[in-house]
Amino acid sequence: MSASASLRQFAAAVRVLLVLTAICGVAYPLAVTAVAQVISPGTANGSRVEVGGKTVGSRLIAQPFDGPGWFQPRPSGAGEDGYDTLASAPSNLGPNNDDLVAAIKERRAAYAEANGVPVSEVPADAVTASGSGLDPHISPENARLQVARVARERDLAPERVRALVDDATQGRTLGVLGEARVNVLELNARLIETK
Amino acid sequence: MSVGLAAVLQAAVLAAIVAATAGPLGNHLARTFTTDRDLAPERWIYRLGGIDPRADQRWTSYLISLLAFSLASILAVIAFLQLQAHLPLSNGMGAMPFHQALNTAISFTTNTNWQSYSGEAAVGHFAQMAALAVQNFASAAVGIAVVAALIRGFTRERTDRLGSFWVDLVRGVVRVLLPGAAIAAIVLVLGGVVQNLDAPHEITTLTGGHQQLLGGPVASQEAIKELGTNGGGFFNANSAHPLENPSPFTNLFENALMLVIPFGLVSAFGVMVGNRRQARTVSLVMATILGLMVLGTTVSELAHPGTASQLAGAAMEGKETRLGVPASTLFAASTTGTSTGAVNAAHDSLSALAGGALILNMGLGEVAPGGTGSGLYGMLILAMVAVFIAGLMVGRTPEYLGKRLGPGELKLIAGYILVTPALVLLGTGVALAFDGPTSSILNSGPHGLSEVLYAFTSAANNNGSAFGGLTSATTFYDLALALAMLLGRFLPIVLVLALAASIGRQGRVPVTAGTLPTDTRLFAGLLLGVVLVIAGLTYLPALALGPLAEGVR
Repeated sequence: MSASASLRQFAAAVRVLLVLTAICGVAYPLAVTAVAQVISPGTANGSRVEVGGKTVGSRLIAQPFDGPGWFQPRPSGAGEDGYDTLASAPSNLGPNNDDLVAAIKERRAAYAEANGVPVSEVPADAVTASGSGLDPHISPENARLQVARVARERDLAPERVRALVDDATQGRTLGVLGEARVNVLELNARLIETK
Repeated sequence: MSVGLAAVLQAAVLAAIVAATAGPLGNHLARTFTTDRDLAPERWIYRLGGIDPRADQRWTSYLISLLAFSLASILAVIAFLQLQAHLPLSNGMGAMPFHQALNTAISFTTNTNWQSYSGEAAVGHFAQMAALAVQNFASAAVGIAVVAALIRGFTRERTDRLGSFWVDLVRGVVRVLLPGAAIAAIVLVLGGVVQNLDAPHEITTLTGGHQQLLGGPVASQEAIKELGTNGGGFFNANSAHPLENPSPFTNLFENALMLVIPFGLVSAFGVMVGNRRQARTVSLVMATILGLMVLGTTVSELAHPGTASQLAGAAMEGKETRLGVPASTLFAASTTGTSTGAVNAAHDSLSALAGGALILNMGLGEVAPGGTGSGLYGMLILAMVAVFIAGLMVGRTPEYLGKRLGPGELKLIAGYILVTPALVLLGTGVALAFDGPTSSILNSGPHGLSEVLYAFTSAANNNGSAFGGLTSATTFYDLALALAMLLGRFLPIVLVLALAASIGRQGRVPVTAGTLPTDTRLFAGLLLGVVLVIAGLTYLPALALGPLAEGVR
């Protein structure tokens, strides 16, 4: 093929790319956005959680909770101090990594002490960082082991806190997809409404 | 319900969805690439592009159109990423460094979606949509076009024409990817995926702290990211990010999206060559390999060997609570088997043998079931190798689908088989020979070697997933991996199109008693053996130094 024919092909390529950019890169995402904002604005805008009329977060995004009176999310590797939504990331530490072993040992001891349980009972999700660093959930076992501590700190009956946890527990979808879980932000938001 | 039983049923649900869609989608794909009728929007695109849709191209012309389109795409993506500060909806993101922009442009145009950058920190909404999402459509359609051309080589006789690249590209987008992605995006929004044009804005958290709430056109991007086997995440954490993949349902849906077109194309191949049994044989081999990979990674992760995982009590490092182990390994096997490269868990934190299985899964050449188009042409090449080996055993000239595979064809096939392993092993070797590239390794010992091996296997096979511990945003890795992606994509395409032309020029060899039937279980077994042996012999030494050494220590 001659050079001029190749050049013609390149000109055609540029024009087709421009048209595809207009269709797939502008019209398509804007149309999906418009439909999404009409039929499901709640999810399309990040599944916000409101308390007292104010947005306090997204039910999909973990946030740190300082203090023993709150249910604690999983450890986070997102950003310097964790839970940084502008730096979602796992730790990427390998299954035999010494730093990870040390971190897990430390987290296990801290969790066991804070919740008054033997180290052998500390759940795996409580001592490992998630894939995103923003995992909004903890396992139901992890939530239940935190009930006594949270109830004591908040001067609530353990049964009431335990009922909140049971209420917030979601099973596997259709019984087989994913894993059972408890949303930490929603649970803590319910907690402050409980007197 | 026990974890094991739930895992089996979850995989069964996925298999049922993919099996149910493959037939109808295959019919639609076959019609798309054989009909003479153009749809109205397609005619507009041809007019705007100045293209004659009835021009039947020789392979060289088809290739030049494809390369011209890919070059224009690379230049456009670089321009968007370098100029994004001046674009609307850029959220204050500045120009990406040139080596990173080049890497990203090549990555997205080659259907790899290796990400040297972090989405939420480096790319504004407009560049995400108009540069990256466009290539998610286009690069997938390019792969599908190439396999359509190869199938025409089998179905046509005594011609040097393979069809029109422009028509194949435009139809792939207009008839398959765009409607599919639009529906999928809406399903994802309903499932909880975010879809707006908001910039990050600060909110006060429940305890009075501050957090940035993120938005963006995520669902629209996520849909084509999976459907086109691209894999490039809107956010750094990819499909582990709750805004991209908020629930077990969206996770299964995204997992299915990666698999439907690769398996649908096999079905289309059966329709186009007029023998659905040929397609079923190929599907059987793909599904068997994928099943073995799911089984191997899931068993390894549930057993969770490794000092850290044993101490924690489960392999939850790098995994999301809502997904758990089985949904993570199912996704991991699918994403490495399809050349997608989306990840819903940190592959770097997987047990040594599971990580090794993923490297091997990519090293098979992305054929189980592989990327959109590339998976099928890769598997058809391996089927021709299987025919050749069987021909050697019985002393006959090998034939596949009525076309003779002479020395000319076999040279092209051998070239195809050699390209990616050469890129992977040379690239890994070079990186490990220098201090700069090795200082990017996060985990020490054999696991560190796995990080580098994974990177080059992923790039050269156009997968795009990573052992994320490797700091790859360096000039060396940006350029070396860009080269691996570029050659790993386009050299095989050159060889496939040349092969398509070579067999298209032939007449059809009549079927005789001596013809090796290629639509039987026996042939499926032979093909499976060929796939495993070629990749096994190629990668075993490297795997022995990385994941196997770590796994047996």
